[in-house]
Amino acid sequence: MSDAAADLGYSKSELMIAASARLLGGVSNCFVGVGLPNIVCNLAQRTVAPELQLVYESGVYGARPERLPLSIGDPTLATGSTAVTSMFELFAFYLQAGLIDVAFLGGAQIDRYGNLNTTVIGDYAHPNVRLPGSGGACEIAIHARQILVIMRQAQRSFVERLDFRTSPGHSGDPAHDAARGWWGSGPTSVVTDLATYTFDGPTGEMTLRTLHPGVTLDDVRANMGWEPKVGVDLGGTPAPTDDELRLIREELDPGGVYTK
Amino acid sequence: MSKVTTMQDAVRELVRDGDTVAIEGFTHLICFAAGHEIIRQRRRDLTLARMTPDVVYDQMIGAGVASKLIFSWMGNPGVGNLHAVRRRVETADPAPLEIEEYSHFGMVCRYMAGAANLPFFPIRSYYESDIPTVNPKIVPMRSPYDESDEVFVVPPLKPDVAVVHAQRADAAGDTQIWGLMGCQKEVAFAAHKVIVVVEEVVDEAVIRRDPNRTVIPGAVVDAVVEEPFACHPSFAQGYYDRDNRFYLEWDRIAKEQETLDAWLDEWVYGLANHSEYVQKYGDAYWDALRPEPAPSGEVDYGRYA
Repeated sequence: MSDAAADLGYSKSELMIAASARLLGGVSNCFVGVGLPNIVCNLAQRTVAPELQLVYESGVYGARPERLPLSIGDPTLATGSTAVTSMFELFAFYLQAGLIDVAFLGGAQIDRYGNLNTTVIGDYAHPNVRLPGSGGACEIAIHARQILVIMRQAQRSFVERLDFRTSPGHSGDPAHDAARGWWGSGPTSVVTDLATYTFDGPTGEMTLRTLHPGVTLDDVRANMGWEPKVGVDLGGTPAPTDDELRLIREELDPGGVYTK
Repeated sequence: MSKVTTMQDAVRELVRDGDTVAIEGFTHLICFAAGHEIIRQRRRDLTLARMTPDVVYDQMIGAGVASKLIFSWMGNPGVGNLHAVRRRVETADPAPLEIEEYSHFGMVCRYMAGAANLPFFPIRSYYESDIPTVNPKIVPMRSPYDESDEVFVVPPLKPDVAVVHAQRADAAGDTQIWGLMGCQKEVAFAAHKVIVVVEEVVDEAVIRRDPNRTVIPGAVVDAVVEEPFACHPSFAQGYYDRDNRFYLEWDRIAKEQETLDAWLDEWVYGLANHSEYVQKYGDAYWDALRPEPAPSGEVDYGRYA
């Protein structure tokens, strides 16, 4: 598919941001990741989740950034926040002890159960591409009550088999998942540049829920490494509203850093 | 007793070939000037430890000071890859680089164990992850109090030398930090030798006026270096902003070893010290990075004479 969304008056990134922000309705404590999640959470705070506390692994709880943060350690996150903690406290008391409702993760590869690879493409000892590694993702995947994934979709990133499992998703065995005893219920949604997915089914398999405007089921199939499970209530992703687009373009990312 | 010295002398006296060196700081307070001095003095065979190897370690590894990297996330934050590190990991170009990797929480707890003199630190992480399969130092352990409760443990990390940047310290090394804390405190207590680099050396009375803000006591500090703008292109909260332009620029510089070498020649080997680096950019450059003031409210400790 071409850049059809652009013809509709918004970019793919803007659609991904708006669709992701709506998933945060009613959420209190959200662990914000690098890149798009930064703007997603800031949009949600201005729309569906005014009580949202932005938590950054750099040690910030309750950030109120006055400019769009360009990294998860931007100085604008500390100034005016509710609390700045040590990284030990952030990971131990906030994350490991179960205070985080939602966290965003992404990766170079995802499989049908939402397992993620951010470590390596190819063999670990002789990598084709050495990726950044876990960062906090490995423990975030276990402890956040639910995981939202934002990724661009392609054959090479939506794969049948990961080259390396950095962060666990669902196992495919519901009994096993239930017996884990983790705070987290694992990945609950994926938002891509083509569609949105849930993991509602009994096995926790990724299930197509909505197609973005202008995207067909064949487009989705052509950009994933397995035959996708399609939800019985497959619908369309609502376009960004005028208000969401205005917030993104005028307030959150006037320079188009994340949305061009 | 004053521990104030120059960066040149601190590195010369405290950093040896083959040492494990940690220059910490999470986006904030990353002491690039110390990395540059280690490059300038041509240290070799270092093991570099850091939660987030970013541009400073790409510079050091590109300059050939290190043979091993211990980390939890490597990249140029908000930009992309570390090209020099990747060349060495992917194609051993120009030499192999041994890696030992953890998650962020795992790295923090390695420093915690080192700082607290513990044999290991237990965390709830690594379940069903492949990371322990490539790092045998991450080990599962059953709780002695509940057979059904399994954690993973990580070993202490006690660097030979830690370099910690901070906003201010007194001459004895009593150090105060505000803004993002990273694991500056943990690495300082864990390390055998500690170099504190500050924007300003202040009178002991300034430290004593706000003791809750003291993160590192002089008792664990070996050298204090006053070096304004030593974090550039990283930042010091309240003093200067992150220079995002440089992080983008580094992506271009590091793509080829030749351009990286040319940058080292111009900005590290070609300069005697960090003061010359600051002068080379010029006052207008630094003025543009200075934030508007946003002072904290004061608290009243009360006087109990």
